[in-house]
Amino acid sequence: MDSLNKILDAALAGIDAAADLKALDDIRVEYMGKKGQITALLKSLGGMPPEQRKTAGQAINQAKQAVQTAINTRRAGMEKAALDTRLADESIDVSLPGRGVERGGLHPVTHTMERITEIFSRLGFSVATGPEIEDDEHNFEALNFPAHHPARAMHDTFYFPDGRLLRTHTSPVQVRVMKQQQPPLRIIAPGKVYRSDSDMTHTPMFHQVEGLLVDKDVTFADLKGVLQEFVNAFFEEELAIRLRPSYFPFTEPSAEVDVAWDKGDGSEPGWLEVLGCGMVHPNVLKGLGIDPEVYTGYAFGLGVERFAMLRYGVKDLRQFFENDLQFLGQFR
Amino acid sequence: MQFSVNWLKQWVNISDTPEQLSEQLTMAGLEVDATAAAAAEFSGIIVGKILSAEPHPDADKLQVCEVDSGNGLFQIVCGAPNARAGLVAPLAVVGAVLPGDFVIKKAALRGVESNGMLCSSKELGLAEDAGGLMELPHNAPLGTDLREYLQLEDTLLELDLTPNRADCLSIRGIARDVSAVCGADFIPHEISAVAATTERLIDVELEDPAACPRYIGRVIEGLDASAETPIWMIEKLRRSGVRSLGPLVDVTNFVLLELGQPMHAFDLDKITGGIVVRRAAVGEKLVLLDGSEAELDSDLLLIADDNGPLALAGIMGGEASACDDDTSNIFLESAFFDPAVIMGKSRRFGLHTDSSHRFERGVDPEAQVEAIERATGLLLEICGGKPGPVIVAESPVNIPQRHPVTLRLARINKVLGSSLQADDVEPILQRLGFTIETTAEGWNITPAGARFDIEIEEDLIEEVARVYGYNNLPTRMPAGSIPAPILPEREISLRRMRQAMVANGYSEAINYSFIEHKVLNAVGQGDRAYALVNPLSADMDVMRTNLLAGLLMNLDSNQRRQRERIHMFELGNVFAASTRKGAAPEQTLRLAAVASGSVVPEQWAEKSRPMDFFDIKGDLQRVLALRGQDDVEFVSTNEYAWLHPGQAAKLVINTETIGWIGAVHPQVLKQFKINSDVFAFELNAQNAQKRELPLAKNISRYPAIRRDLAIVVSETVSYAEIMRVIRNTAGDLLADLGVFDVYQGEGVEKTCKSLAISLILQDVSSTLKDEIVDSIIIDVISALEAQLGARLRGK
Repeated sequence: MDSLNKILDAALAGIDAAADLKALDDIRVEYMGKKGQITALLKSLGGMPPEQRKTAGQAINQAKQAVQTAINTRRAGMEKAALDTRLADESIDVSLPGRGVERGGLHPVTHTMERITEIFSRLGFSVATGPEIEDDEHNFEALNFPAHHPARAMHDTFYFPDGRLLRTHTSPVQVRVMKQQQPPLRIIAPGKVYRSDSDMTHTPMFHQVEGLLVDKDVTFADLKGVLQEFVNAFFEEELAIRLRPSYFPFTEPSAEVDVAWDKGDGSEPGWLEVLGCGMVHPNVLKGLGIDPEVYTGYAFGLGVERFAMLRYGVKDLRQFFENDLQFLGQFR
Repeated sequence: MQFSVNWLKQWVNISDTPEQLSEQLTMAGLEVDATAAAAAEFSGIIVGKILSAEPHPDADKLQVCEVDSGNGLFQIVCGAPNARAGLVAPLAVVGAVLPGDFVIKKAALRGVESNGMLCSSKELGLAEDAGGLMELPHNAPLGTDLREYLQLEDTLLELDLTPNRADCLSIRGIARDVSAVCGADFIPHEISAVAATTERLIDVELEDPAACPRYIGRVIEGLDASAETPIWMIEKLRRSGVRSLGPLVDVTNFVLLELGQPMHAFDLDKITGGIVVRRAAVGEKLVLLDGSEAELDSDLLLIADDNGPLALAGIMGGEASACDDDTSNIFLESAFFDPAVIMGKSRRFGLHTDSSHRFERGVDPEAQVEAIERATGLLLEICGGKPGPVIVAESPVNIPQRHPVTLRLARINKVLGSSLQADDVEPILQRLGFTIETTAEGWNITPAGARFDIEIEEDLIEEVARVYGYNNLPTRMPAGSIPAPILPEREISLRRMRQAMVANGYSEAINYSFIEHKVLNAVGQGDRAYALVNPLSADMDVMRTNLLAGLLMNLDSNQRRQRERIHMFELGNVFAASTRKGAAPEQTLRLAAVASGSVVPEQWAEKSRPMDFFDIKGDLQRVLALRGQDDVEFVSTNEYAWLHPGQAAKLVINTETIGWIGAVHPQVLKQFKINSDVFAFELNAQNAQKRELPLAKNISRYPAIRRDLAIVVSETVSYAEIMRVIRNTAGDLLADLGVFDVYQGEGVEKTCKSLAISLILQDVSSTLKDEIVDSIIIDVISALEAQLGARLRGK
């Protein structure tokens, strides 16, 4: 038994001293391999008298167990140290920028138009579109603008040699929809419109979203309600609005809508005009075969750039169409 | 329309401050655009009279004046050209404060003492400019404070009127509305008829009574045209932005502002025979008051005499019959012209007069007689003279009648969503000057004469709403059932398409839809450009036929701003003139992109390289992948002049070409002054939007087998052809096919290329056996050999 203890002590000492996994494995072979010292002891059990065999066997197995456990522990320690070293070696500067392509961005006018469209589509409006090159009938006549009427002077119109024109508002889409469908109607028409005007506050092309709702029992009160709801939703806060009487040949009563706008410069919030609206003029409904005694409706038209300027603090309207990446890059 | 609040107060009994009035007007639809004081801040200015004016001993342009202040004499040195003995002018004595806090002190000008200053209207902030001292009436009381004398404590309001409110182009009209809006009493002004003291008449003939149904005239003889317009009238005119030009013009302008009726005074002695209101003959000419010669046409209405045209009806008088300082006999005109006859005509001559502005919007057809009486009375007061009888030429059937309009209380509430009562409505209509008759359902309303805009019930509802106050009417928030929206799944939304481009690193541009024709020609796409009649400028003269040209301009401008890597896209309509005569131009929604510079931004982790065709192709394919089906063919082409002939493809779905992709031709880039390679694509977005719903298939549970082939083919054989042959040959078991190397160079003949192709084979119902795979690969190799002249590499 003395020899067993000696062997065990030597094995454990060897395990402790092993410098690496290879040395540790050498020790395992030396003691527990086919020709190992402990293996040899086990083999020698056969030659022992049966009464000694049991106790000796137990002792040898215990020693074998102890060596195996020591090896396992030592190996786990070595593996952990090796992993720790590897991980330490692999550490990086995580503050370096990520690899890959830079993201592009939507144009702020598109983004604003999508937001406006989204809000109204949740209110049940569906999107309608129409041609940008229109005829006089859809852009003016059907909307109750008589020929040469001074109301037309409010629309500086671009013309083509054949008498066609660039639509001055998205309202002709109203006409096209009402020609094809009967009420109830609930549409919005986003798109480009054109007026022959260019200065700090006007560009010859800009974007409008037109809204139209025709149904039984639609009132001016509903128009006020939907616009208040929209303004609250768009600006994500409850902003006061006010309606001022105005004139559009295709609506009556007509109004211009102002929002109470805080410029953020410490001055009192002022009223800022943001859209035009009104109840659809009976002449327009009649002209399109809709009985104004049965149906009433409201319409509104808002300038997308105006809303984008307010929302994002853009000061110069013309920047929207210069397509300077430095400007566009701000709206990713 | 600019007016004085004090003047308005002579017509309506209001006590509101100008700020309150301004707010009420704006909220009633008469938008106040600007508010200004009637005079700048000044004090200590009195009425003075120059007793003598002697030349300054030491300065050519100065005079030494002795001025009577009513309370002592002052010596004042003055440089004004009109300073003269007898002139009554504003006098700033020592201690007076002129606008801008300029305090008058005793001074010496070139050695002569000056105890104050004589003022021009400009120096007092009463006019934009002035030629000399302000000339006050001879009988102005000396020593009176000027502010008091001219009643300068007044506010000027400028209304931005909508075209339907011509009735508010006069003080009387504004007063009517203010009466209703402010709930104040309108003050009627009695205009009495002036009895004739001469019998002199002129024949007036209405040749086109529909165009001019009423023409009122009057002769006044023996006027003194050089008389002075009274200061109260000059001040009222000034506060309406009208300059005094002598009593004849001043009186007609005054009546125009007061009553809204444009008038004209002809020099009677320059009229030959009678007056005819008629259409012009083609080719007739008339020299207008502004000196310009108008070429007339048959749609224009004229006032003519026996010799020819005298005036453009309702727009402007002629030079030949104009009054001047020597005029002593006049013929006054006060007419009603059909608005439709005047509309748009003044524009033709580049004119916009106070008269045409009112006539084309409509004047009160019943106001002509009272206007001529008012003008006659004023003229007699100022210039003396003998009026003739009022001459009336009219065609009653053609004079617009104000018909009663039915207004139902229930309809008001149906449109407004309100619950107004008769008591809310009636006072509003009354104060607006409408004639009211009660009916079972509401009222029959006859609007005031100038209210051309009131024709139907809705017009009256608007009046009620406007005066009641839009913001006092109820608001109903959206409620109730909302229809479920239809979300078309067989159409990729434009929103997703844009998002895909953004994810690819492209920034969205929005360009004007009009562009310079030359620029379209530069990209070889100017043929069917649809040209504007009235472009804003020459560089925006036609509608764009493509998006590429605009994007290349954006690319250039951004390169000038030192951008190296530029990826931009646009989604918008392009236009082309129709090939059928008279047909509407075609409008097509397109998606286009341009890209230039390095493929990724300069960075530490990856070597950058200039982008090439396959980079932008990959970007496009990621967008097309939204379609869920790989059915867009890239067909090599050299038919697009704006593309590199060796790096260009048509995009084809089935047999339809939906767009193109390629490297932009260097010659094109040169015209845009772009020095880098540019890759671009443009396609019909609506075609690319279409897709089918995905249809689930059985997924194979059996292993797939991969075989790689390295083949050598002529460099003219496209990968697309190779794919087609392999697909046709391998059949249904081919699950996937890819190319993982393309090589030209050493080891491969000069005109050939080598491709490494992987085939993935899989069966849905069993594990593929090697023999089957082998036989497919053998078939594929022989098909490639037979159809494309390919051979396995190394054999």
